[in-house]
Amino acid sequence: MNFVALKMLTGDRAKFLGLVFAIAFSSFLMAHQSSIFCGLMIRTTSQIKDITDADIWVMDPETQYIDEVKALTDNDLYRVRGVSGVEWAVKLFKGVPRAKADDGKFRNVILLGVDDASLVGAPRRMLLGSLADLRQPDSVVIDRAGFYFFFPNQPLSIGQHLEMNDHRITIVGICEASAPFGTFPVMFTRYSQAVNFVGRERNSMSFVLVKPAAGLTTEEVCLRITQATGLKALESTDFAWKTVLYYIRNTGIPVNFGITVMIALIVGTVVAGQTFYIFTIENLKQFGALKAIGVTNLRITGMILLQAFVVGFIGYSLGIGMCSLFFDLTRDIVHLRGFVLLWQIAGGTAVAVFFIVVLASLMSIRRVLTLEPAVVFRG
Amino acid sequence: MDASVAVSCRSVTKDFGQGESRTKVLRGVDFEVNLGQMTFLVGESGSGKTTLLSVIAGLLDATAGEVVVLGQPLKRLSNHQQVVFRRTNLGFVFQQFNLLPALTAAENVAVPLLAQGLPRLRAIAKASDLLTSLGLGQRLNAFPSQLSGGQQQRVALARALVHEPRLIVCDEPTSALDAATGRSVMELLASFAVRPDRAVLVVTHDSRVFDFADRIAHMNDGIIDRIEQQQN
Repeated sequence: MNFVALKMLTGDRAKFLGLVFAIAFSSFLMAHQSSIFCGLMIRTTSQIKDITDADIWVMDPETQYIDEVKALTDNDLYRVRGVSGVEWAVKLFKGVPRAKADDGKFRNVILLGVDDASLVGAPRRMLLGSLADLRQPDSVVIDRAGFYFFFPNQPLSIGQHLEMNDHRITIVGICEASAPFGTFPVMFTRYSQAVNFVGRERNSMSFVLVKPAAGLTTEEVCLRITQATGLKALESTDFAWKTVLYYIRNTGIPVNFGITVMIALIVGTVVAGQTFYIFTIENLKQFGALKAIGVTNLRITGMILLQAFVVGFIGYSLGIGMCSLFFDLTRDIVHLRGFVLLWQIAGGTAVAVFFIVVLASLMSIRRVLTLEPAVVFRG
Repeated sequence: MDASVAVSCRSVTKDFGQGESRTKVLRGVDFEVNLGQMTFLVGESGSGKTTLLSVIAGLLDATAGEVVVLGQPLKRLSNHQQVVFRRTNLGFVFQQFNLLPALTAAENVAVPLLAQGLPRLRAIAKASDLLTSLGLGQRLNAFPSQLSGGQQQRVALARALVHEPRLIVCDEPTSALDAATGRSVMELLASFAVRPDRAVLVVTHDSRVFDFADRIAHMNDGIIDRIEQQQN
């Protein structure tokens, strides 16, 4: 009887396509908006994610997220280094100075000052140039997106100059950095140069990056640092989550995206449910005939569920396909880079579509199960 | 019960609604349908003939009385057993044909076999053979919308016969057809459906086809008030 169910479903092309597209667009919207939301949240953690050398970030105890820091003293660095279980600890500067190109174009940039000696915290994906060139005076490595902002329509090249706080700086390398939340260009330089570019304050060190000694868990070393220094020490992933949660709690971003996703879910459910119900009502006599002929309620329930799941599967596949295609087509667009369809979102959307088709079919199942087969004798 | 009796109704009543809106549609029907015969149930609109047909077919439960079909008292069957009983022993021909519009003629005829669990290809092959013998061999892959009313009713007739049931119930099988088409459908029904081990019960008010009946039961206001034996 599955064959009969599928023929009944596809026999009415208009309704079949209506159902499929209702679920396809609902799936697309849910997956797309959730992906953009997750992409934005991941962007808030881009600098944490890009620094892979250290496992622990040490900061002022009141720090809420990566973009708002209270500088630590050099003495804090020495105290952290003194904690048992710390293999090494280095300074990291993070600031947002303004850089200007020769043609007058300017932007605030995320400037990361990495440890002078070890270059811990420097980018790992170099496109042009060498990290070692950071040892030259007034040198920076800039990310690809930043380069294209300052030097639009030019091929990637090094040796270009920018001005930062009356310092003439030279681009000695171009790297690939994860897209930051604020779309600022990202620059890397040595710590000592960064504080020079920005202008010396009494304290300049934003974070201490720490590698735990072998044989100790990161969690344990974090605890030791906190107990010994009173500073906050977080694993990279915990710090990333802390940053994400800050944005979730303190901005309207999740609400806006949440509303869109909910609307997609509700509209998808209502449109699919209504169309499916109308489809069933229009086939009521046929279902009555099947019941009279001797098709059991269980079998008819199975037929309706099969119809619903086929529609759900095709609609979901189309929706997820459209979403994947969108992110594939936009992955090389500088301001859209980094947005991807996560498997968790594809899975979550599948669950939502399951919810939609179950709800849509429940009304129809109820209507058919309560149908008197004798209805077929009413002309 | 006499072995030649396919359906036996004793003091069958059927009420609809409750309280003051309660309506008595069947008021104590005593009625038999014999194997090997075509029995007509005739009467005015509202006389209760379709309700009686539904009760005999197990689509409605009688309020009181006993209905025995092919030796099986329907009251003693659970809902599921009734469905299985219908699937195995009954064939239906409806006034409005009730063919599935998305299925071809052959696929429509195959539905009772599919319901019994026969593999699709075998079911369609058997359905095609039957349709060919009913003169629709050229229209096996036509959809109901591509068939005339008479052809659709022939497909419906094939659907009622394909699983070889022992009781065929027909509800106004000719009322949606013109006189000539109606007669040709009745000729097919008489020649293909009536067998010594099978009974055919036809509800109709189409007096043009009364001559096909072996027996005619006249229904009036919820009871059988007269039975005529026809000389065919």
